[in-house]
Amino acid sequence: MPNDSTNINNKAVAQNTYDAIVVGSGISGGWAAKELCEKGLKTLVLERGRNVEHIKDYTGTTLDPWELKHHGNRTQQDKKDSPIQSKCYAYNEVSKHFFVNDEENPYSQVKPFDWIRGYHVGGRSLTWGRQCYRWSDIDFEANAKDGHGVDWPIRYKDIAPWYDYVEPFVGINGSVEGLPQLPDGKFLPPMEMNCLEKHVAERIKKEFSDGRRMIIGRSANHTQKVGDRGPCQYRNKCHEGCPFGGYFSSNSATLPAARKTGNLTLRPFSIVTEVIYDKESRRAKGIRIIDAETMKTEEYFAKIIFLNASTLGTASILLHSVSDAFPNGLGNSSEQVGHNLMDHHYGVGASGSFEGFQDQYIYGRRPNGIYIPRFRNISEKTKQSDYVRGFGYQGGASRGRQWSADGVGEELKDQLLEPGNWSMGIGSWGEHLPYYENKATLNKDKKDKWGMPTLDIDCEFKANELAMRKDMMNSAAEMLEKAGLKNVNTYDSMPAPGFCIHEMGTARMGRDPRTSVLNGFNQMHEVKNVFVTDGACMASSACQNPSITYMALTARAADFAVKELKKGNI
Amino acid sequence: MNRREALSRVALILGGTVVGANVFLEGCKPGDKKAATTRTFSDGDIAYLDEIAETIIPTTNTPGAKAAKVGAFMTVMVNDCYEEKDQKVFFEGMKLLNEASDKKFGKSFMDIDAAQRKTLLMEIDTEVKKYMAEKKGEDPKHYFRMMKELTLLGYFTSEIGATQALRYVAVPGKYEGCVPYKKGDRAWAT
Repeated sequence: MPNDSTNINNKAVAQNTYDAIVVGSGISGGWAAKELCEKGLKTLVLERGRNVEHIKDYTGTTLDPWELKHHGNRTQQDKKDSPIQSKCYAYNEVSKHFFVNDEENPYSQVKPFDWIRGYHVGGRSLTWGRQCYRWSDIDFEANAKDGHGVDWPIRYKDIAPWYDYVEPFVGINGSVEGLPQLPDGKFLPPMEMNCLEKHVAERIKKEFSDGRRMIIGRSANHTQKVGDRGPCQYRNKCHEGCPFGGYFSSNSATLPAARKTGNLTLRPFSIVTEVIYDKESRRAKGIRIIDAETMKTEEYFAKIIFLNASTLGTASILLHSVSDAFPNGLGNSSEQVGHNLMDHHYGVGASGSFEGFQDQYIYGRRPNGIYIPRFRNISEKTKQSDYVRGFGYQGGASRGRQWSADGVGEELKDQLLEPGNWSMGIGSWGEHLPYYENKATLNKDKKDKWGMPTLDIDCEFKANELAMRKDMMNSAAEMLEKAGLKNVNTYDSMPAPGFCIHEMGTARMGRDPRTSVLNGFNQMHEVKNVFVTDGACMASSACQNPSITYMALTARAADFAVKELKKGNI
Repeated sequence: MNRREALSRVALILGGTVVGANVFLEGCKPGDKKAATTRTFSDGDIAYLDEIAETIIPTTNTPGAKAAKVGAFMTVMVNDCYEEKDQKVFFEGMKLLNEASDKKFGKSFMDIDAAQRKTLLMEIDTEVKKYMAEKKGEDPKHYFRMMKELTLLGYFTSEIGATQALRYVAVPGKYEGCVPYKKGDRAWAT
């Protein structure tokens, strides 16, 4: 019966056909899934790792330190299995199951690059730092003004309504400040500054005439209930997963919303190998995957494809999606895919101790700190001669417990039972310019266990970042000293790119298809039904933590994509 | 500012609490070699380490390090978290400490009384301070610094240390940045 195989194939195609496919279930993939499902599209979410069910799979997070074999600490075996991941501040005895095994997920560091990853449903939305800061036109206009990178095809007015749209669902705490360089958002009640932070904030306002402010951090921890999520219980164990749903993640928020529509199909263990391109229609037809467990190849089809596999994951998929039409990778006639890789440069700042407030202490563990918004190069008056762009600070004060002291015995014990002095530290996050030569390329000679080429990552900080770092360090010390802190020490640990876990830029948005990959709606210039809304889309890095901007761009792109679909344009 | 202090500040900045413990534990540094124990700990070793720990953090109006099973904790940490070269220093240190006891009191550490133990460890603690001041980059860590660090880490993250000696609330439920404190109030464990 000659028709059998055709019938079977047609049936398989029909079974594997959806309205939309989303690649990746992290912070932007979760949003793509929610928006597309809520707009009525049957949506398939492909996730390369295992499933992680909200609450049920946050194993170990309710254990006290003494219930853990190593009281929370990393072991030599952890460092052997994951020498890169285990360096991350969020990696501990409980959270380590949300980080990849480095041995199983190799890449090559042409220059030092720490690629911190979580391959499972929810991705790094489970372990993220939760800080949420809007961009302003200072950021969106920067490339056009100083000539680095290409002009953003959007301005603040284009994204502002989408920040407004996503923020209430995310559930972000924050204070309204009216600062032009850091627009206010739709906030839950702010968290509280402690005694020393209030003191330092007042002094900074008084001592500096450039409008500098220290404000309470804006984080996606829920200071009030958001639907059935939260509120935050102030355990400060967010990166282990929260059994109270006290912070935003794909697992707690967007994926459940998508599931509620009945339109979501989630397929874990699906390693995307390529986007299948149809030359006739000049559209992507679907996605090819390898099942991570069975090693079998499968194909899935859809009218709309969202790539949210993370900055480097998405670049890898595009570069691996070669065809006659796109020999250098899908939608890559510009040869920008994989290039312009950015991170933030951080790990530099100052700390000091404070002699006052001996009669004051703290209750609870606030999973948030303070923020000092950018104050350099935001006006003529604040223009710097030796670098462009700017930086912000995160940090906080606390009255910590004393870790050690001289001697042994009762006197030592008694001394360590009382809290020490108040202290405060601030660390800076700086903008990384887009450089074409900072890039990730496919290494076809070095394959992973699924036979996929691995990435060669060649990225560095350059003169502009290094000049900025001096100011980042010195300004930190200056602020703390002027605020009355003693024993102010500076540090610069100079982490490699990647370690800030804000990688972005490998499929940038732009106005010109010759120099960019995506248009102003995150749509590929050359393949109209493919959208990239993870960090890959970014045309510059600004200095703010980027996730909330990915979320706003994703919701905006999903809205556009569905409208275009309905108009018959894609 | 030394490395530990600098990293502690980073932990503070990032809002870490458990991180602080990791940083505190100098034996735990990234390395690509599997931990290979140079020898194993016996029950006798654990009893010996318990007594060292108890001398550092004795029973007062709250239980001490021995009740908190710090000796056993030390062995787990040395086995699983220390690099091989640090394990060697630690094992050698267990011998050296006994030799110091023998030299001073003519008896092993287990056979001297509590006052003698304290006298001995106070002396060694002073020696560590001097050693640290003169230590060059590649010099090994001092064994007693390891023992003291593991004792303090183990005790204050034990149930006894965290909940009886210090104060501990698993689920605080709220954050208050300025609450009254009077001298003598216990510190929060985390």
